[in-house]
Formats: sequence, structure tokens, C-alpha cells
Amino acid sequence: MEDERSFSDICGGRLALQRRYYSPSCREFCLSCPRLSLRSLTAVTCTVWLAAYGLFTLCENSMILSAAIFITLLGLLGYLHFVKIDQETLLIIDSLGIQMTSSYASGKESTTFIEMGKVKDIVINEAIYMQKVIYYLCILLKDPVEPHGISQVVPVFQRQSLTLSPRLECSDSHHSLQPPPPRLKKSSCLSLLRTWDYRCAPPRLANFFFYF
Amino acid sequence: MVLKAFFPTCCVSADSGLLVGRWVPEQSSAVVLAVLHFPFIPIQVKQLLAQVRQASQVGVAVLGTWCHCRQEPEESLGRFLESLGAVFPHEPWLRLCRERGGTFWSCEATRRQAPTAPGAPGEDQVMLIFYDQRQVLLSQLHLPTVLPDRQAGATTASTGVLAAVFDTVARSEVLFRSDRFDEGPVRLSHWQSEGVEASILAELARRASGPICLLLASLLSLVSAVSACRVFKLWPLSFLGSKLSTCEQLRHRLEHLTLIFSTRKAENPAQLTRKANTVASVLLDVALGLMLLSWLHGRSRIGHLADALVPVADHVAEELQHLLQWLMGAPAGLKMNRALDQVLGRFFLYHIHLWISYIHLMSPFVEHILWHVGLSACLGLTVALSLLSDIIALLTFHIYCFYVYGARLYCLKIHGLSSLWRLFRGKKWNVLRQRVDSCSYDLDQLFIGTLLFTILLFLLPTTALYYLVFTLLRLLVVAVQGLIHLLVDLINSLPLYSLGLRLCRPYRLAAGVKFRVLQHEAGRPLRLLMQINPLPYSRVVHTYRLPSCGCHPKHSWGALCRKLFLGELIYPWRQRGDKQD
Repeated sequence: MEDERSFSDICGGRLALQRRYYSPSCREFCLSCPRLSLRSLTAVTCTVWLAAYGLFTLCENSMILSAAIFITLLGLLGYLHFVKIDQETLLIIDSLGIQMTSSYASGKESTTFIEMGKVKDIVINEAIYMQKVIYYLCILLKDPVEPHGISQVVPVFQRQSLTLSPRLECSDSHHSLQPPPPRLKKSSCLSLLRTWDYRCAPPRLANFFFYF
Repeated sequence: MVLKAFFPTCCVSADSGLLVGRWVPEQSSAVVLAVLHFPFIPIQVKQLLAQVRQASQVGVAVLGTWCHCRQEPEESLGRFLESLGAVFPHEPWLRLCRERGGTFWSCEATRRQAPTAPGAPGEDQVMLIFYDQRQVLLSQLHLPTVLPDRQAGATTASTGVLAAVFDTVARSEVLFRSDRFDEGPVRLSHWQSEGVEASILAELARRASGPICLLLASLLSLVSAVSACRVFKLWPLSFLGSKLSTCEQLRHRLEHLTLIFSTRKAENPAQLTRKANTVASVLLDVALGLMLLSWLHGRSRIGHLADALVPVADHVAEELQHLLQWLMGAPAGLKMNRALDQVLGRFFLYHIHLWISYIHLMSPFVEHILWHVGLSACLGLTVALSLLSDIIALLTFHIYCFYVYGARLYCLKIHGLSSLWRLFRGKKWNVLRQRVDSCSYDLDQLFIGTLLFTILLFLLPTTALYYLVFTLLRLLVVAVQGLIHLLVDLINSLPLYSLGLRLCRPYRLAAGVKFRVLQHEAGRPLRLLMQINPLPYSRVVHTYRLPSCGCHPKHSWGALCRKLFLGELIYPWRQRGDKQD
């Protein structure tokens, strides 16, 4: 079963969220962001080459032009391989774990799998970004040495900076990240997620993070 | 909890039979290791499983049945499969079934006994996870957190499903020893059932390595015994040995070679990897050294180098003389104390003159020395670089001497000034209590003290300037030496074997796993494919880097600045185990 909706990120760009329901114990959320636009690519290339040509007229050295071409190519390859993310996927498998995959524009995929036994809790954190407050979902991992401590905070959909509006339109991804059946310990966060009402104060103090 | 069945991809097209593997109750997962085909005698199967359990310490058992047939199982086959459940009792009993040529599977897991928790169903939901047995067997899982007191055989609930799966497959090698060409009583299907993998070259190397290692280990022990003899412990040689970085590097390499050729087998994979990395590092070192050697000895480059060396030393000495003349005048417009200036300047000029004479005395022998030093490159590039660093230290020995004189003088002055400043204010340093106390001085003590304080204060700029100039020169030399040492360190500690393994066989070093959902139909069990997620290169270098000489700067930047200000001598590239000057 597939479903697609569109949202906007912090900077106002369009994001598309696809939800796939495989079975009661397995769901996938796929967030895709717009591809590299030809306009911005042309603009950057033209700027670099104009600057190189300007330097060439000053120095009369043709090495500058070849260096500019080299730099443009390397920069583009580096950007496509390390920076530009096309799609981020969140796969939730009951009693196995949570998998987060980022696929880059050059085809590279980097995957992280977190076993269910390591997940301590799933919370919504507030963060201050420039002049606004954004909310993001993150997974808290257990500390093996200290039973009540947290070893790591892993934000879901890190690169795309998906923000949640106060009406929680993206409520489905929260509902899916439910804790295991009542036989095992219940997360106190569950009640927070199901009955989120922005008019009343949340039962738990959120952590504040400052993003720059 | 959903029951997870880990099924090897090599058994997907195997004939019907029994599922043999391990059940992990804490994770509610069944790891299937092999498929046992009909016909079999239950007694022999149980004997084989008991043997495997004893040899590998893994709780191998019959987990259920596997049915791979043309259409839906017939009634008789169904009853036969159920009766097998009575012969091999196991909770829960798995029944996997697949149509020949079909993509979708059916899985059931039944519990015969009443469930202990109320409300839990008699039949569990099953999730199928396919894994590549060969890759999981050969790979090594690098989990981000390792429990400090983890034992080799214990997989408790805290270690997780993945660690349990990898551990089970890795320790069940005994089960995979028989292939389908054996004449044994039971027929198994697993990743090696088409024939056990082996390599002739590896076997030959293994046979040959025994006597070779023995021979080389005895040679190396001879060399170590010679180097540990009493002559080297006497004063001049032991002092030189501790100061020269070449000796340190040679000792380091000797340790490496002893490790490689030791006749003791490696106990665990970490030791084996370290041995392999050491071998790769030594080979790279020797290869680069031989390249350097061929470059040096070709086209009489050594002659050119020797011819250029003495003029360069002369040039450096001349530049130093110009610098001292500048300092003796009015450097940067500052007014120096004439008498002290002349004394210090002449003192240092005399040293430079001595140094130049020594260099000229040695100039006929330079070419021979360089030729022999160049030969040392066949021991490795690191040895040649350490020799270069030592030669630089020897050639700039006069700068080092000037720095020491300047620093000592400046340090004395600063200490004198600080204690006399305390006298000026009527205080004194209490050695017993390690703090500043007030003290009443006599009039003549105060008079002498103030006089000395004034003299020292007005002579401070001269000394400080000399100290500054020579410290900068010394720092320059130290920076050059430091760069060479960093390069040597890099060659020493880079784990080339692990990097090569990560490049060519990425599944061997696993950071974790990744799952892919296979084609799914509603009502059928969920099927996932588990693949190995290789370790990123930065973590490979971090985990497997070899221990180096330890030539890291001991001081932080703040401590360094403090030492410079107070005039204490600095040795930022101090080797491990050196005594204080």
C-alpha cells in the first residue's frame, strides 16, 4: 500500500513523503527532495569560469583556465557524491530495528541500522533555527555502561530537515514508531505522541537545541 | 514478538528436508545453518548434532521442516512432516514451504505446549530474513559499543540479534566441513555443500611457513641478543642510542619482525590482523626504501648531494654571522646594552667559527658517509628518513647550543627578576609551604636587592632578544624534524592490509547490516534480505592502526607557550622513555 504527500522544509523547498505499508510489522517512509536544478548548476559554472577568465586576462597564464575546469569538475563530483541527497528512507521492522538510508545524487547509499534492543525512547525535540522553532523526531539510544543513561541522540531524516508543523501533519511516522507490544516495557512517550495538543503544555520538558 | 527465521540464501533451492540450526529464545529468532535431506536415520542425525554441539559449543538442533515441492504438500507428506515433529522435539517447530519455481513462501511456527503468558497465540507470526552464509561466516562484526567483560561464548540478551547470528554462523564451521561428495550417513546442504573451498597457494604457504619462521626467528633472536649485550649499556653508546631516532626506529622494526616470524600461532582474529598489517607495513617500507636507493645511486646523485652539502652548511653559518652582526648593532631600532651585546655576540660568533672549522675538517669524508647512509635505505624508507632527521639534528647542533645558552641565561634572569620583585614588595617564597609569604628584610638586604633588580631589569631586553631569535631558529629546526617524524609515523602505523581488505573484500569488515524488503504479497510472511554494511575507511584506520613510536608532542599549546615565556627548555618531539635533561 503506497501513499504520497508533499510538505515543505525549513528553507521552503518542496519535499515529498511516500509511505509504504508492507505488513503490520513493517513500514517504510521515503522522503525525496528536488533534484539538482540546471539553473543553479549553470549559474555556478558561469561564475567560476568568468572569474577564471578574469584572472587569465590579468596573468596571461593558460594554466588558470585548465585549473578552473578541473576545479569545476571536482567540485561537481564532490557535491554529487558527498552533499546532495536525493532521498532518505526510514524502514521500521517490528522487533528487529529501525533502518535509515540516505541515497546521494551520485548513487551512493549510506545506511544505518539500529537494533530494537538499543532504542531507549523516541521523542520529539524542539530546536531553535535562526528565528523560528522547529520540531524534529529523534531516537534515543541506550548506554550499555549506565542503564539509565543515553549514549546517543539520532535525529530521523537528518539531512532533509523535515519540520513538523504544530498540527502534526506527519503524525503517521510517529504512530509507526510504536514501542513493542505490552509484554515488554511501555514507553511513556507513546501517550505524548497520541494525544499531542499544542494548546496544552507537553507533559515532558523537551530539550532545546540550537541549530545554526 | 515476531519470530525471526534467518535462512541462508544457498539453501533456497535445496530439496526438502529438516532445518538444522540454533534457536535463540531471548531474541525469539531461529538461525538456520543447513538443510538435512531425506533419507536419514534419526539416531544418526542426533549423533551428528551431538558431535557438532560438543565441538563448537553452539546449541545446534533440528528446528523444523523445509518443504520444496511441485505443488501444495499432499496429505501423506503433511502427516509425515508432522510426525517428524514428534521424533525431534523442539519448541517452536518451524514449517517452511516453497513451491518449486514460485516466489512466495509460507511459514508457520507452532508451539505444542500451552503458552506461559496469557493472551499469546499458539501460532507465532514468522518473518523470513535471508542471509549470505559465506559472507556472514567470513566477516567480522564491529559493533560501536563493546561490553567490557564480554566472554567468548556468551551471547546474552544484551548483545542483540545481529551479534548472536554472526556468532552462531562463525562458530559452526564444524557443521560445514562435509560436502555432498562425502559418503557419510547424513546429507547436508549449506554454503560449502558443492565442495570445500581451499587454495593450493595458501596450503603451500602454510606448509612452508613453519621451517622458514623457525629459521628467521632464530636469526632475529641472535640479533636481539647482540643488541642487548653489555657494550651498548655503557655510557656513550646508551646515550646516543636514546637520542638518535634511527636507533629507535630500528628497535621498532626489530620488534615488528620478531612479531611476524614468531612461531606462536595467532590466538584470535585481532592478532592475525595485526600480524598481517605489520607484514604489509614492512613490505611497503622496504619497497619504498629500495626505490629511494635506486634513485640515489643512479646517475651519481650522491656525489652531487655531497658536493652541495658543505657549501650549504657554509651558507647557513654565514647567514647566522650576519644575524649576529645585526643583533650587535641596533636590531629593529631597539637600543641594546652595548657591553652585554658585544660579549654575547662575540661568544656566539666564536662558536660559529669553531663549527665551520669542523665542517671543513669533515668535508673529504662526506661523500663516503653519504654513500653508506644511502645503503641503509634498503632496510626501509623509515630508517632512511630517521637518518635524515638525525643528520639535520647533527648539522644544526650549533643552533641547538645557542638556544640552550640563550634559554638558560634568560631563565636565570627571569627567576632572579621574579624573586627580587617579591623582595621589592616585601614578600618571599616559602619553600616549605610552597606559597608566597610576607617577610621583613633588613635595610642592606633591601638595598642590594633593589640594585640587582634594577640591573637585571635593564639588561632584560638584550637577553630577551637573543633568546627570542635563537628560540625561533630552534623551533624551525624542530618543525622540520617533526614533519619527518610524522611521515615515519604514518608509514609505521598505517594498516595497509585492513585497508586493502576493505577495498577488495568489503564484506569481511562489517560495521553492521542493512535490510531490503523483498517482493511482498498480502497474507504471506514478510521476506527481508540481510546484507553486510561495510565499515567506513576512517573507522578501519582508527580500529586497526598499529602502535607507533609514540612521537607525539607531549605539551599542549598553552603549556608550550608558558614554557617558552619562562625560558624552560622544550623538547616537543621527545621519544618515549627518555630521561629529562
